[in-house]
Amino acid sequence: MAEHERDTRLDGNAAAGLLSTVFRCEPSEVMLICAGCGADGPMGALLAYGMEMGAVLRCPVCDTAVLRAGSAGAMLWLDVRGAVSMRVTIEH
Amino acid sequence: MAGSFISRGFRGRRREDPAVAGRVPPGQYVTPDFPVLSAGPTPHTSPREWDFTLNGAVDPVRRWTWEEFRALPRDTVTVDIHCVTKWSKLDTVWEGVSLDTLFAGIEPRGAFVTAFCDGGYTTNLPLRDVLDGQAWIAFAYGEEPLAAEHGGPARLLVPHLYFWKSAKWVRGLTVTERDRPGFWESLGYHDYGDPWREQRYQGD
Amino acid sequence: MAGTAVPGRLAWQLASVAAKRQETPRVISLRLESDAWAGHLPGQHVDVRLTAEDGYQAQRSYSISSAPEPGVLELTVEDIPDGEVSPYLTEVLQPADRLELRGPIGGYFTWTAADGGPLLLVAGGSGVAPLMSMLRERAAAGSDVPTTLLYSSRSWDEIIYREELERLAADPTLRIVHTLTRSHPADWAGYTRRIDAAMLAEVAGALLPGSLAYVCGPTRLVEQVATDLVTRGYPPAAIKTERFGPTGG
Ligand SMILES: Cc1cc2nc3c(=O)[nH]c(=O)nc-3n(C[C@H](O)[C@H](O)[C@H](O)COP(=O)(O)OP(=O)(O)OC[C@H]3O[C@@H](n4cnc5c(N)ncnc54)[C@H](O)[C@@H]3O)c2cc1C
Ligand SMILES: [Zn+2]
Repeated sequence: MAEHERDTRLDGNAAAGLLSTVFRCEPSEVMLICAGCGADGPMGALLAYGMEMGAVLRCPVCDTAVLRAGSAGAMLWLDVRGAVSMRVTIEH
Repeated sequence: MAGSFISRGFRGRRREDPAVAGRVPPGQYVTPDFPVLSAGPTPHTSPREWDFTLNGAVDPVRRWTWEEFRALPRDTVTVDIHCVTKWSKLDTVWEGVSLDTLFAGIEPRGAFVTAFCDGGYTTNLPLRDVLDGQAWIAFAYGEEPLAAEHGGPARLLVPHLYFWKSAKWVRGLTVTERDRPGFWESLGYHDYGDPWREQRYQGD
Repeated sequence: MAGTAVPGRLAWQLASVAAKRQETPRVISLRLESDAWAGHLPGQHVDVRLTAEDGYQAQRSYSISSAPEPGVLELTVEDIPDGEVSPYLTEVLQPADRLELRGPIGGYFTWTAADGGPLLLVAGGSGVAPLMSMLRERAAAGSDVPTTLLYSSRSWDEIIYREELERLAADPTLRIVHTLTRSHPADWAGYTRRIDAAMLAEVAGALLPGSLAYVCGPTRLVEQVATDLVTRGYPPAAIKTERFGPTGG
């Protein structure tokens, strides 16, 4: 059965265009710590699901939805409860 | 510039088909495919582990094993489904257990339900929208057991609302007194989601 | 922040189609020009947005296949039967038309000569597009980072950039290995199966310090190859992936 399943997941990178509305830096380079398991890595290394309705970025280790975005018409909604923290490099 | 630009010759997938005029809600196009939209990896729950629960503000809490669930009376329904991503699929044939059957003999003390699922997905609906022959727990599609990518072993089927309400991999309903936004509803999607009124997003 | 609007880092912009090239029977490349385009990093993509007269929109991502160059970018698009966006780009869009896009996007799946190697590039079908940007950049920079491209296509005629790859392979530090999964010429001596662990073991050789792997194509191929590379001892952080979704060869 799994053999015939369609592979809908993408890399976190695929959501970077959508999230560039929010982040001034390159979204796929934002570092996040997963609230589910503590895994630490760049947004680009998360797995992206549900791009048709927004973006659900999940931890590749434990599947926690680290960052969820909804493209709701004119508004982009964000839920980052799945991240302990986000960090970005300060540009000087 | 952006915003008023039109891509020369682009129409999208939509075809105007007079044969189905009136059957397709505004902004939707008809597709022969069955696209897959998932908010997470596809769970594979074996019938042995599967159960279905009605809990929350209900008396009594009820639970069915797969065998008990499959022994309940079943309906075969032919319905049109409408996804908020703008495709509609006509005359889809499902087999499932009506929620009227599951709620028989149960006293709900709230006006809303939250469907919960393997993988953590949730969606909220008014209780009255899942009763009176409007909703099923479907376990077969097109005379075949429901494929995992489409929500098998069982999914909620509420065809009169946008299809994200028809939660895949459903494992139960929690009755609540207040409407609690589910997975997409907490990300800007509409709490009710009537395709005929184009209730796609919060505020529509 | 404080009340003043920060100009969007990635605003939608209009590029014009300067040229269209047939790469294979099902794949074209589009050369796009835009004064606002500042160049890109090899591996990055753009989001393309199409708008119908009634306001209906469809949006997809496409990797940039050209080497970085201000004012110019190339996309390579495979025609997916029944697709919504790719048939428009391959069949309807013509030179002098305009296309709305935003980018360049992505800082994760990128490689420049300064990142070094050895470099292992693995592509399935149109997944070769961002890797081609890396190879073109590598050639333009005169880099001698030992590089291997393992490239899976359905048939000889469906190898995208075949002639350019042959020219690039004159460089002794670049090795290109094809596998043809559906049909192959009678005298074909190369691989004729999908990429698997045994093929990766033969092609990738010994894992050296600094090794980097970039894998791109249909989601299933990417996940299979990434898993096999981890098994071969590649540190997960040294494997960069770009899943194109369920489509593609
Ligand atoms: C970061 C990134 C970079 C990309 N770069 C390139 C590139 O350089 N070149 C390139 O050609 N493509 C690239 N792609 C893929 C591209 O974005 C499109 O997915 C592709 O062109 C198909 O789009 P479409 O509108 O033509 O097809 P769609 O309308 O999306 O449909 C394509 C076909 O697949 C089926 N399908 C669609 N969605 C699903 C689904 N969820 N489940 C099952 N079946 C489905 C449809 O029924 C149809 O038959 C990239 C994707 C990503 C994420
Ligand atoms: Zn985790």
